[in-house]
Amino acid sequence: MEKSLVINPDKCTGCLQCELACSYENEGVFNPSKSRIKVFTFHQEGRFVPYTCTQCSDAWCQQACPVDAISLNPITGAKVVNDNNCVGCKVCTISCPFGTINYNHSTGKVIKCDLCDGDPKCVSACPTQAITYVDADQTGMEKMRQWATQTDNSPSTNA
Amino acid sequence: MSWAGKLLRVNLTTGEITTEALNEEWKNDYLGSRGLASKYLSEEIDPACDPLSPENKMIMATGPLTGTMAATGGRYVVVTKGPLTNCIACSNSGGFIGAEMKSAGWDMVIFEGKSPTPVYLYIENDHAELMAADDIWGTSVWNTDEWLHNKHQDPLLRIAAVGRPAENGCFYAGIVNDLHRAAGRSGVGTVMASKNLKAVAIRGTLGVGNLADPAGFMKAVNEGKAVLAENPVTGQGLPAYGTQVLMNVINEIGALPTNNMKEVQFDGAHAISGEAMHEPRKSDGRPNLTTNAACFGCTIACGRISTIDQGHFSVENKSKYWGNSGGLEYEAAWALGADNGVDDLDALTYVNFVCNEEGFDPITFGATVAAAMEMYEDGVLTKEQTGGIEFNFGNAVALTKAVEWVASGEGFGQDLALGSKRLCEKYGRPELSMTVKGQEFPAYDPRGIQGIGLNYATSNRGACHVRGYTVASEVLGIPEKTDPLTAEGKPGLVKAFQDATGAVDSAGLCLFTTFAWSLDNIAPQVEAACGGGWTAERLVEVGERIWNLERDFNLKAGITSADDTLPERLRTEAAKTGPAKGIVSKVEEMMPEYYELRGWSSDGVPTDETRKRLGLKD
Repeated sequence: MEKSLVINPDKCTGCLQCELACSYENEGVFNPSKSRIKVFTFHQEGRFVPYTCTQCSDAWCQQACPVDAISLNPITGAKVVNDNNCVGCKVCTISCPFGTINYNHSTGKVIKCDLCDGDPKCVSACPTQAITYVDADQTGMEKMRQWATQTDNSPSTNA
Repeated sequence: MSWAGKLLRVNLTTGEITTEALNEEWKNDYLGSRGLASKYLSEEIDPACDPLSPENKMIMATGPLTGTMAATGGRYVVVTKGPLTNCIACSNSGGFIGAEMKSAGWDMVIFEGKSPTPVYLYIENDHAELMAADDIWGTSVWNTDEWLHNKHQDPLLRIAAVGRPAENGCFYAGIVNDLHRAAGRSGVGTVMASKNLKAVAIRGTLGVGNLADPAGFMKAVNEGKAVLAENPVTGQGLPAYGTQVLMNVINEIGALPTNNMKEVQFDGAHAISGEAMHEPRKSDGRPNLTTNAACFGCTIACGRISTIDQGHFSVENKSKYWGNSGGLEYEAAWALGADNGVDDLDALTYVNFVCNEEGFDPITFGATVAAAMEMYEDGVLTKEQTGGIEFNFGNAVALTKAVEWVASGEGFGQDLALGSKRLCEKYGRPELSMTVKGQEFPAYDPRGIQGIGLNYATSNRGACHVRGYTVASEVLGIPEKTDPLTAEGKPGLVKAFQDATGAVDSAGLCLFTTFAWSLDNIAPQVEAACGGGWTAERLVEVGERIWNLERDFNLKAGITSADDTLPERLRTEAAKTGPAKGIVSKVEEMMPEYYELRGWSSDGVPTDETRKRLGLKD
């Protein structure tokens, strides 16, 4: 079954455990500045919002890459950067409408979420289940369930 | 390992910035953060120096776990000689700047001397530079934060700054980082401003790695996170209510100091409690609390993000306070609320916002207002002296005026900026200052919780709850329940809590983990990160060594055993209501046993044997 990351900002506390897990998995150090998932703080509004690649089916980054460095992992559905091919031209970073693929100046390559080969470390690190990894065809299930609980179809006492 | 291995030394007098390797021997003896910085300070300054002179130094320090994925591993400390207490001061803060400093490649930054003109320190990894701060001198922390973000065009810059009270010499100014986290106590911000240092702005992109045993570290971290998640305090109580979960609990057991500690229970406790922060306001239907928030790497997330009702008198026509910001923690809610008899949640939230905006300690501020209110009610202070307004207990308007006066340094604010000890001495009523070694008590009455009284009396930075939080045992039953009303066994309990706390602080972790973790949960994380044989026993020894080092500093600064006591009120005026009714603090009864357990003489001086055992200098 293909799975997708589902992010619920209402549950996020801004702790950055996801960024730490991501950078550690991919770079071997705890380094939010090298994380593929970012948590944004909206101070005035009191909101924290994790944001990362949604793995577009028809991916702008993949289309734009002139050296075919971005390929599909058919098992996870992730668009994965092949460091051997990437020349660091950054065209993908311009083409991505969401800004979720970024240049890493210390390696000269681009970095993006690759779903950790089907075991996303941000998900297991998140202490509040603000980031979950669920059936790609049912990403709205949790929201639907929440609305469903508010549906009052119990037998009315006045019926 | 896990330490960055180097420190920045910033000579503000000459403007020279140098790099040094971290002292290997000292880090093995003192671990990091509080312990290691205290060792450096003790070695480098005369403890008898004037804390606001260029001879004093100020150290910002991280621990080996700061910046790692260890739950709560984002702490940093400011260690210096404190002007409020004339003792060694160590103020601990969360937020994000500690991890940023570590990620920039620095275990600590030592500031010495005094800059001829206002400056701030800018750090971007290996690059560190002093820059002119003339444009932000005389402005608030919040303004400074915005100015620096704009100037450097970097939204990810992490900033710690002082506000106007620090510049004006308020004795209890703190250093605020990330807008509303603070190294708040003992006047560490006053020291920073005395050096003409307005802010520290850091961007670190190197990351923290270099772990002794990476796989072992992740295993220990994940096990630790699971323990925090499953514990009712760290997994449920603190995320839902923050530290404010305590307001009703402590009131019930008759240990909520009220009206400058004349009473031990407050009728308005519920109105200012964590539960009340969830209730919809009558005026706009919104609760005070918007959400909980975490510091760097913290899986507890006790932080409060709150709003004030836009129609509340305190913020009428002041739109800058209409958005969300750091809300009330228990100690602040108590000091601003119960201790002044004020039960107006929005007023307390406003005052807390201003304390963050301008950088001063709401505990000492609140308790100083309480002392002033008692002097006003006793007729010692008159309306002419209190800015032309009634200054009685329960007066929310007086409280909000007071915070504005201290922020600006105007009028009666100059008196209130002294802290309660100097204020009460000035007006001839020293007995009304509820302090130890010049620092105001936090929110637990030593008559209703006996052990915490002994901890206050012996704390090396003056009255303080986070030096040995025996409330965990005496009230919450962690790790085991002890009777809060008895003195028996408390000297040992206090020592155990104090020593363990020194180790937790020095690792770079938050003390709140210890509601769920023992040192047996912490040692494996430290060992996997650092290597070199870090066991729970060794951590306790490090904690004890730190305690004695701090004690030594204070003895050389002129503190004596006569300072290890509580105000007369708590020793002679019994609690009037609640479970502690008829009881006074038995601090004097507990002290000899405490000294003995510490391996100190009857004068409170570490014996030669104790020094030798802990490897302290003669």
